[in-house]
Amino acid sequence: MSARSGPWGALAVLAAVHLAALGAGFLAPYAPTEQNRTLPYAPPTGLRFVDAEGRFHLRPFVYRLVERQGAGGAYDEDRSRPYPVRFFVRGAPDALGASAGGVRLFGVDESARIFLLGTDGFGRDQLSRLLHGAQISLFAGLMAATLSLGVGWLLGTLAGFYGRWIDAALMRSAELFLALPWLYLLFAVRAVLPLSVSPGQAFLLLVLVIGLVDWARPARLFRGVVLSARERNYVLAARGFGASDLYLIRRHIAPQTLGLLLTQAALLVPQYILAEVTLSFLGLGVSEPVPSWGNMLAALQRYHVLASYWWMWAPGLALVPVFLAYFALSEALQVRAGAES
Amino acid sequence: MKRALPAVAVALLSAPAFAQGASPSADLLRTDQEAGRPGGRLVFALRSEPKTLNPVAAVDIPSKEVIGRLTADLIHIDRQTQRTGPALARSWSVSPDGRHYTLELRRGLRFSDGHPFDADDVVFSFGCYLDERNGSPQRDPLIVGGKPVAVRKLDPHRVALDMEQPYAAAERLFDSLAILPRHLLGKAQQEGRLAQAWGLGTSPAEVAGLGPFRLKSYVPGDRLVLERNPYYWKVDHAGRALPYLDEIVFLLVPSEDAQVIRFKAGETDLISRLNAENFGLLAGETTARRYRLEDLGPGLEYTFLFFNLNDLADGKLPAISRKQAWFRQTAFRQAVSAALDREGMVRLVCRGRGTPLSAHVTPGNKIWVNRALPPPAHSPDRARELLARAGFSWKEGALRDGAGAPVEFTIVTNAANAARVQMATIVQDDLRELGMQVQVVPLENRALLDRVFQSHDYEAALMALGSGDVDPTSEMSVWLSSGPTHLWHLGQPQPATPWEKEIDERMRRQLVTLDPQERKRQYDRVQELVAENLPLIPLISPNVLVGARAGLGNFRPAILDHYVLWNADELFWQTSAVPRP
Repeated sequence: MSARSGPWGALAVLAAVHLAALGAGFLAPYAPTEQNRTLPYAPPTGLRFVDAEGRFHLRPFVYRLVERQGAGGAYDEDRSRPYPVRFFVRGAPDALGASAGGVRLFGVDESARIFLLGTDGFGRDQLSRLLHGAQISLFAGLMAATLSLGVGWLLGTLAGFYGRWIDAALMRSAELFLALPWLYLLFAVRAVLPLSVSPGQAFLLLVLVIGLVDWARPARLFRGVVLSARERNYVLAARGFGASDLYLIRRHIAPQTLGLLLTQAALLVPQYILAEVTLSFLGLGVSEPVPSWGNMLAALQRYHVLASYWWMWAPGLALVPVFLAYFALSEALQVRAGAES
Repeated sequence: MKRALPAVAVALLSAPAFAQGASPSADLLRTDQEAGRPGGRLVFALRSEPKTLNPVAAVDIPSKEVIGRLTADLIHIDRQTQRTGPALARSWSVSPDGRHYTLELRRGLRFSDGHPFDADDVVFSFGCYLDERNGSPQRDPLIVGGKPVAVRKLDPHRVALDMEQPYAAAERLFDSLAILPRHLLGKAQQEGRLAQAWGLGTSPAEVAGLGPFRLKSYVPGDRLVLERNPYYWKVDHAGRALPYLDEIVFLLVPSEDAQVIRFKAGETDLISRLNAENFGLLAGETTARRYRLEDLGPGLEYTFLFFNLNDLADGKLPAISRKQAWFRQTAFRQAVSAALDREGMVRLVCRGRGTPLSAHVTPGNKIWVNRALPPPAHSPDRARELLARAGFSWKEGALRDGAGAPVEFTIVTNAANAARVQMATIVQDDLRELGMQVQVVPLENRALLDRVFQSHDYEAALMALGSGDVDPTSEMSVWLSSGPTHLWHLGQPQPATPWEKEIDERMRRQLVTLDPQERKRQYDRVQELVAENLPLIPLISPNVLVGARAGLGNFRPAILDHYVLWNADELFWQTSAVPRP
């Protein structure tokens, strides 16, 4: 995905990922909170085309997993009966995560399960949790970036445009925000919050915290752009003609910041996704049973999971293409902004 | 006269044992385990650094782990048979009314620095434990019938112990009550600073005890090294002086996962209190021949869910007070209990190495468990029935109480303990089927304890308790309504419910009844009351899982503390596996 191809390749990848997240209710074979207590840490179900007798099936199928007695955690496939993968199945409706009408892209008949990415310690399908968790992680990043850029743009533009004491006040508070050890602050905040915070409230709180803590960095960048834009000839000319501040900002200054806005957006979103993942990993974000890539990765803190169950790494691996796409997008936008200025 | 003869006889028979150390006329205890070979070093990992070497002041587990190897008691509970036997006291007699004990001490014994041991040290030790200035946690168990026990010296080798009322488990009182050296600590006790003595920085020359090992060196933040006590008073049946090991090294390894990795790598020789997943991980390794793992079955630990039934001062925590109207109904607690899938918890949290519980006494406590209690059933239908009869109803799948308010509450638990968080998540999922909205809030341990014991600012909590001993006396502080760990309702001036009153009476009665059958009957009834009224909803008891390097002789782990080191004086390395020095 080279910068020369413009942002379209990266945008396509990002669109695909976000559409997958939005369509989690349809794409995921199971509800993210559905526990299968007889199948903890089951490995990914193998999709097969050739059965035990050597016959080829056009439609892929799976075998049922059975816990191996006495081996404490190993599974065997029950080869007596193949369960073909069916498409557009009507899943059991569930209060959390059922799509409209309860139709799911694929599934298998009852008593067998299709775990394309294995299960976690409660026997919950990792693929379903990955898709639903993407909603939290990806959109928390997007919303936090919007908040942070919005506040940062506003305050940076004001500081840069008006200068003098407004500039001084805003920039000193920006420095304060940059200096705070925000992680410890968050632990402190979490301790004083009331015990029960619903998952929805936790999500909003997360977005607010990540977005508001980090407005200072974009603010300083916007201030710099506005400072230089303010001194341009056409701005001085317009002012000479009696243009109001609002008109100047709207018509002349703001468009100068657009390029920066877009590139910053493309850089900040992955950082905020990572911030959400980190906070949920540490227990400060959404809590059980709602999945987020962060709290799914938290399971890896235990040595036996890290050493034995490689499919639990899936959320971490899923971050890689998302980040690569955002960085490629940012680079493409920077090249464009550079070409235009 | 009668006393001198056996002493001399034992001394003559054990003559070959005295390479150095125990004086020729010492009265030694002969063990009957497999005879081993002397030599070698044992490495054991501690989860955190010990805070002190002072038996009077120690509260934390790592300190007690180390102190237990350095000290000895008068009467000791054999961890495998769970029965008492002679230790520093070679025999004792009880008065018919059960209030007076006369203990005969072994003669000719010396502390690890060579100083002789006699009855003065025993009287001194009890004085230290009972002295309120020292604030020892060992003091409370020594208050019988409202008065502290009185210990007097009868002659240099006999002491008498007098109690205000008969005490059924009196013999077990002596276990782990370390005898202190008067010649080293007398001055500190006189000056009132005993509790500060023997901190970790103390030089080894100032620390002495009657245990199998003595302090050799301490490297802060890294390790504590113990060496063989040449004056130890036990010999094996071949007459060789115990302990066999030259040294025990306590390494500091803060996390359980790190302990597992080091054990696998051969850096430590014993591992204790494994959780089930790590046990499975170690068992599946191809290097399994290099160590052996043992599943000892259920121990004495029990995990439970409980609700806040404290009297909350008016207006202080109104949301919780409102919910207590549900929690106080026995039918509500019974419904919650019926809905829980304990088998699922055993399967997921303990990987099958656990036991579902109906009361607080686990099957590991073979002597006291009430076998007549039915095993806990997983029955959401019965739960729904109980709730319906108690006036709850369902609307759009959500459970609502008589006033129409939705039933929702939070469960707090220790964030650092992954097993508890997992159990709480399973409880959450099970109760969702009943229409209850439950949220799991993992808290840092100190914050959790603060909410449960001080501020009472919680709705439900998931915790665990583990008795130190099989005897019901060790559970008094939980079940007495005035007890300091009567978790669900602390600080009751009087028993708040009829069944709590009955439990109080029966616990008090079993404390002073000397007839073991009668005591069992009383305690069985207590277990019935717990299973019926569910102040604590018992969940599961995880099995005790331990491991040792291959080639360690006399490795006989037990479910009583200390699981693997209780017989450190008998452990030895077999020929083929003497490890690197």
